[in-house]
Amino acid sequence: MTGSMVNISKRWGYHGLDALKKASPGYLMLMGAFALLALAGVSVGLHGMITGYHHVYGVSREISWGILISAYVFCVVTSTGLCIISSIGHVFGGEAFMPIAKRAVFMSIIFMLGGFCIIFFDIENPFRMAIYNVISPNLSSNMWWMGTLYGAYLVFMIIEYYFLLEQNHSLSRLMGFFGLVVGIAAHSNLGAVFGMLHGRPFWYGPYLPIYFIFSAAMSGGCAIMFVSTLAWKINPEIMNQRMERAIKAICQVTIFLISTIMFFTIWKIVTGMVSHDKSLVIMALVTGDYAINFWCFEIFLGMVLPLFLLVRSRGNNFNMIMWATGLMMVGIFFMRYDIVIPGQMISVYHSLGVEEALDIIKYTPSFHEIMAALFGLSVICFAYFAGEKMLNGHQLEKHEIVPEGGYICPGCGAIHFMEEGETEEDAMKRHHKIW
Amino acid sequence: MNFPKIDLNKLKNEGTESVTVKERRNFLKLGFAITGVYASGKILSLSSVLNDVAYASGGTDFVEKYPYNPHYSMVIRQSLCIDCEKCVEACNKTNHVPEYGYRTRILTRKYQGQLDKKVEFIPVLCNHCNDAPCVRACPTKATYKDPVTGIVRMESKKCIGCKTCMLACPYDARYFSAERHAIDKCDFCWEERLSKGETQTGCSSACPTGARTFGNLTDPENIVFKLVHQSEESVWVLRPEDGTKPNIFYMKGNMVSVDNILKGQKFIYSDPAKS
Repeated sequence: MTGSMVNISKRWGYHGLDALKKASPGYLMLMGAFALLALAGVSVGLHGMITGYHHVYGVSREISWGILISAYVFCVVTSTGLCIISSIGHVFGGEAFMPIAKRAVFMSIIFMLGGFCIIFFDIENPFRMAIYNVISPNLSSNMWWMGTLYGAYLVFMIIEYYFLLEQNHSLSRLMGFFGLVVGIAAHSNLGAVFGMLHGRPFWYGPYLPIYFIFSAAMSGGCAIMFVSTLAWKINPEIMNQRMERAIKAICQVTIFLISTIMFFTIWKIVTGMVSHDKSLVIMALVTGDYAINFWCFEIFLGMVLPLFLLVRSRGNNFNMIMWATGLMMVGIFFMRYDIVIPGQMISVYHSLGVEEALDIIKYTPSFHEIMAALFGLSVICFAYFAGEKMLNGHQLEKHEIVPEGGYICPGCGAIHFMEEGETEEDAMKRHHKIW
Repeated sequence: MNFPKIDLNKLKNEGTESVTVKERRNFLKLGFAITGVYASGKILSLSSVLNDVAYASGGTDFVEKYPYNPHYSMVIRQSLCIDCEKCVEACNKTNHVPEYGYRTRILTRKYQGQLDKKVEFIPVLCNHCNDAPCVRACPTKATYKDPVTGIVRMESKKCIGCKTCMLACPYDARYFSAERHAIDKCDFCWEERLSKGETQTGCSSACPTGARTFGNLTDPENIVFKLVHQSEESVWVLRPEDGTKPNIFYMKGNMVSVDNILKGQKFIYSDPAKS
């Protein structure tokens, strides 16, 4: 057992619980806080499940998707985005992006699991889902495709992560490719879950599936920069020249993607304003109840401020990047909320001109909903902080000093190990052979 | 519409003097039906699977083209609704609807500046759409179109409670029932009444004014068929733009001509028990 642990430690960079024991008390307290929050969240969620969600949740017949679905969308968007951004490197060979692969894929899995934790408390009968998704599938349902493809996506990402740890770059690349394809299919289906609903003009149309993919890439770039710069705060030694170059490259891509999302948002607002069906919702976002959400969080924290700070940082100022992307994560959460809730604010009978459907429908998240959402988000934070320590900052060695028997592959930039009697070239061929 | 079979060769010419106004009108209606400008033909195109056939042909031809048999349907004569909510009460009682939910409700539309009308009540329920968005959206086929009757029904044990169907429904006809651990919705009282041999739904039999008329759209003798296929009054559906081909038809229902159509149909406004 000890032998295999040593082996994993060397091959995977896995340092186990020992690394946690060595962590500072402050770090452990932070992790403990997230663990407690997750525990509190799951208890409140289970309490809600036992009492019946309709007693404790703020969702209603008209607004049946609340903050839980928003948080779920936030998690899976970020997960897909991490997969998209990291695939630029280890799937498509963009060398600058390669050093982030392990952390990005790890966080992608964690965000996905966090999303599943949240959706568990939104779906009324989650246990039936496991059975009837398999034995009674409806192939015309986007919801079915979304769930099934995300399941497959998670499997691919886990296998990919295993091969990344095992230094098998040809198979990790293959799995990464499948993961990317399935992830994009799943994610655009999530957009289509909203985009194919009749009678919801704010969502209906091809806009959301397309927007979701670009938005995911933006969230992914933001998230990987945030977790990397935060990891640098935790352990300054993880930064080396290769990482610095990676952050700079991601910073450039993210600036481009923020601009793209600004463009999307501008046209969503402008076209919505002249549409009879949408104008009430758009005005609620621009001047009404959701104006603070929209202007302060979605626009300012989610786009304008990070764009300004990222440009200012030139990709070198990690403190600035950390603040920009950290605040941007908050903004992105509201961005998701501003898609999910306003889409339901107008009653389907509004166009009939009846008294019951004249005004927009209100929704306030309840304590139980917020706690259930915090459960998933705290699981993500806890796993992140645990991962940084236990997986040694997602690196084999501090400073990425090439370990004994290994070398930096000139082709992919990762560390390869040579077997006995093997030359570097043989080792490279072995690592990169397809099948 | 049921036209008697006539052997034209055996008829003698009676001359145009003896044609009554009523016969004249019937003849014109037949002409409208065939040419496709028949008012309700347009509405029917929403409900039939074979749109083009239904639209282009008239008379009895396209009756067979309704996708279900019996093709259950409801005609709501809006002007007759007085918002007594007896239908809602009957529905809740028949189907054990919990107090936080409803399968049917009555909406109120207020008019300003109208001389004749200040308020109008619009009963709404599941439209049992032929092209139901909820059925498409359900990931586990927990909600489905009954292949015989066309009723949109629930198989509760399959419902995972994702609530996609609630948002997919353009008629707000669904809610989550904690008692059933599934989405609950109008099933035209199939489980509680129709499958037990009754011919009317809870709401239609409780309606004291005959605002809700339930029946079989495939049967030319049925009152629902007659109301939908008359051309005196316009018939419409809610949210036709969604293309869901709903099976709940609306009309004003306050014209004398409609009364005339109904007089021969053993239908009495004030006594639902005998209908």
